[in-house]
Amino acid sequence: MPVIWIPAMLRDLTDGEDQVFVQASTIRQAIEEVEKNYPGLKERLLQGDQLRPNISVVMDGTVSQLKLRQPLAEKSEVHFLFAIHGG
Amino acid sequence: MDVRQAMQPDAPTLIDDLRTNELGKERDQPTNVARHSRHERGDVETGFSQASIIIEREFETATVHPGYLEPQAATAVMNEDGQVTVWCTTQAAFLIRADISEVLQIPLGKIRVIPTEIGGGFGGKSVAFIEPIAVLLSKKSGYRPVKITMRYDEVLTGTGPTSASHIWVKIGVVESGRITAAQAQLVYAAGAFPGSPIWGGMPVIFGPYKIDNLRIDGYDVVVNRPRAGALRAPGATNAAFAGETVIDELCKKLDMDPIEFRLLNGVREGDRRSDDVKLPRIGFHETLEAARQHPHYSNTIDGPNRGRGIASAFWGNYGGTSSAVASINNDGSVSLMEGSVDLSGTKTTVAMQLAETLGISVEDIHTRVADTDEVAYTEGSYGSRTTFATGWAVYKLGEKIITELIKRAAILWEVTPDKVSFSNRVFQLTDPPADEKTMTFKELAAQIDDTGSPVTASISVTPGGAGPSLATHIVDVEVDPETGKVDILRYTAVQDVGKAIHPGLVEGQIQGGVTQGIGWALYEGYYYDEDGNMHNANLLDYRMPTCLDVPMIDPVLVEVPNPGHPFGVRGVGEVPIVPPAAAIANAIHDAIGVRVRVLPMSPQRILEALWAETRQIL
Repeated sequence: MPVIWIPAMLRDLTDGEDQVFVQASTIRQAIEEVEKNYPGLKERLLQGDQLRPNISVVMDGTVSQLKLRQPLAEKSEVHFLFAIHGG
Repeated sequence: MDVRQAMQPDAPTLIDDLRTNELGKERDQPTNVARHSRHERGDVETGFSQASIIIEREFETATVHPGYLEPQAATAVMNEDGQVTVWCTTQAAFLIRADISEVLQIPLGKIRVIPTEIGGGFGGKSVAFIEPIAVLLSKKSGYRPVKITMRYDEVLTGTGPTSASHIWVKIGVVESGRITAAQAQLVYAAGAFPGSPIWGGMPVIFGPYKIDNLRIDGYDVVVNRPRAGALRAPGATNAAFAGETVIDELCKKLDMDPIEFRLLNGVREGDRRSDDVKLPRIGFHETLEAARQHPHYSNTIDGPNRGRGIASAFWGNYGGTSSAVASINNDGSVSLMEGSVDLSGTKTTVAMQLAETLGISVEDIHTRVADTDEVAYTEGSYGSRTTFATGWAVYKLGEKIITELIKRAAILWEVTPDKVSFSNRVFQLTDPPADEKTMTFKELAAQIDDTGSPVTASISVTPGGAGPSLATHIVDVEVDPETGKVDILRYTAVQDVGKAIHPGLVEGQIQGGVTQGIGWALYEGYYYDEDGNMHNANLLDYRMPTCLDVPMIDPVLVEVPNPGHPFGVRGVGEVPIVPPAAAIANAIHDAIGVRVRVLPMSPQRILEALWAETRQIL
C-alpha cells in the first residue's frame, strides 16, 4: 500500500503520525483518503484543487512533474517538500 | 536590519501584508518572517538526555555574490511585426524567454532567446534583469538593435547575492561517538522579497549523518537588502559551515579521528534524509575511506600555526527537463542541438554520451547549444543537472536513432527490421546470420539516401533518479598570528562523482567549487552601512580569491555509479562549494586553537578571536 509521509509541520493534524498508508491510485486520491481520517491536511497542501505554490510532490525520491496526477504504485513513498530552485 | 533584528517582535515590518506561512497555514501577526519550515524525526529531548557530550553554538555568514567575472549583457531587437530576438548571457534561455513574456506581456511564441557563450553563472544568470528593458528600448528606438551591458558595481548591487544567515546548532553524542540527537535553527535573509534558500540548507546541515532524533527549523526572513538569488548549492555552504564546525568540536572533545567519527555516523543507502526521503545508492563511506588513504591525510603537518581541517557535505542534486534534436549526415557525423547552456564543458559530456549510445566517436558529433526556437523546453543549467538530465535525453535520443537505423538497414538488406540487430557498435543481419551482412554506423549513414528521407530525431525527458553527491575535504592552513592572514597550504577534495563522463571536466568543477568556497570562507562579504548602502561594490573591495590565493586543489574522484542514470552519472558541480568554509574553520582551530564562527573569517575576525582567547590587548 502506498505510504504518505506527513511533513513535520502537519503532524499536529495526524496525532503525531509521520506516515499514513492509503489505498489510492494517484496523489490526489491519496490526499483525499488521508483527509478522511485527518481533516485539515488537504487544505494545508492544496489551494483550490491545485498544489500550493512552493510545494513539490516527491515520489520515490524524485520530484514529480505530474504532481497531483502522479500515479502511485503498491510500494510508492510520497513526500511533500519545499519546491527547490537551482544554483 | 540583519535577520535577527528583523525577527524581533517589535521590528518594523518590511511588507505590510506579510504573514508567516507554515506549510499552508498563515499566522495572524504582521512579521518579517515569510516562511517557517521544519524537519523532524524521533524525539530530540530524549536524544539529548542520552548524550554524554552536548555542544551548542551560533554562527553567522555574510551576504556573498556568485562572482561570475562576465557581467550580464544582452542585445535585443524587436521587429515591426512584434517578433523579438534576444542574444544574452544566461544559464537558462527558456526562463529568460518566460520572464520577458511575463514582464512585457508578449506571447512566448514571438520571443526567441539565443544564449551566447557564458563567462560564469553559478546560479546568478537564470533570471532576467536587463533583457526586457533592451526589448522595450528596441521598440522605442524604431526597432533597432539595443545592447545593454551591466557595470560590475551594478552586478554586485543589483543581481541577487545569496543570503546572509544566522544559524544555531546543537548536537549530542555518547562516549562511543554515536550521535544521539541534533537540532538546528537556520535563519536566512531573503532580502526585500521572500525566497531565501532555506530549502537548500535544511537537508544539508546534518546531511552526511544518520541521526534518529533531529529537529531542523528554517526561517525565511525579509530584510531591507537586495533580493537574494541562487548561488551554487543555494543555502548549503552556510549550513555545512555551522554543522561541520560543531562536528569537529565534538571530535576534539571525544579525542576521536574525524574520519572515524564520520564512518561511525555516516549515511548509507536506505537511510533517510532529514526530510525523510530515502537515500538511494550513495558513496559517502567510499569518500571517507579514500580520504583516509590519501597521502594528504597520512602526512603530518609540521610547523607553528599550521593546522588541518576536515569537513564533509551532502547535496541532493536535481534532474528536471531536457530536450535535444539530432540529424544524421551522410558522412556518418551527427549534428546535435541540445537545450542546455554549456557552463562547464557539458557540450562535450553530452556529446560523449550520445556517441557511446550510437557506437561512434565523439569527434563525429557536432554539438551546438540551441536557442528557444530550435529545441523544446529545457530547464536551465543549474542544480548540477546538465550532464545527468541532458545526458539522459541524448541517451534516449540515441535509442530512437538506432531504432530508425535498424529499419534503414533492413531496407538495404531487404528484410524486416526484426531480422536486424545493433550491438558492439555494428548493425548486423541476424536471421539468417551472415557475417558479411554487417554495417557500421558510418557505412549505414553513407547509404541513408537509398533508404528514404534523412534520419532525424528529437527528444524531451524529465528523468528521475538524480543521485545525491557527498564529499569529504581535507585542508591544511597556516595562520599568521600577527596579521590574522590565512594561507591555504594544501587542499584535497574527495567526492563521489558517480561515473565521471569526462574526468578532466569533473576535476575542473571540483576545483572551481572549492575556490569559490575558499572565497566565501576567507574573503567575501557585502559591507553595508546603517542605511543599507553597500560600500564594496567593486572587484577590489569585494575580494574574491585569485590563483595567488589557492594552491593546486587535488580532486579525488570516487566513482560510485548512480543507479538512476544509464551511465551512472550524478551531478558534480555544486557539492564542492559546500565543505570548504567548515574545513578551513576547523583547520584554523587546529592551527591556532581558536574557533571562528563568522564568515568571512577575515584577518580582523581571526585576530579578534585570538585576542578574545588569549586576552591579549595590543
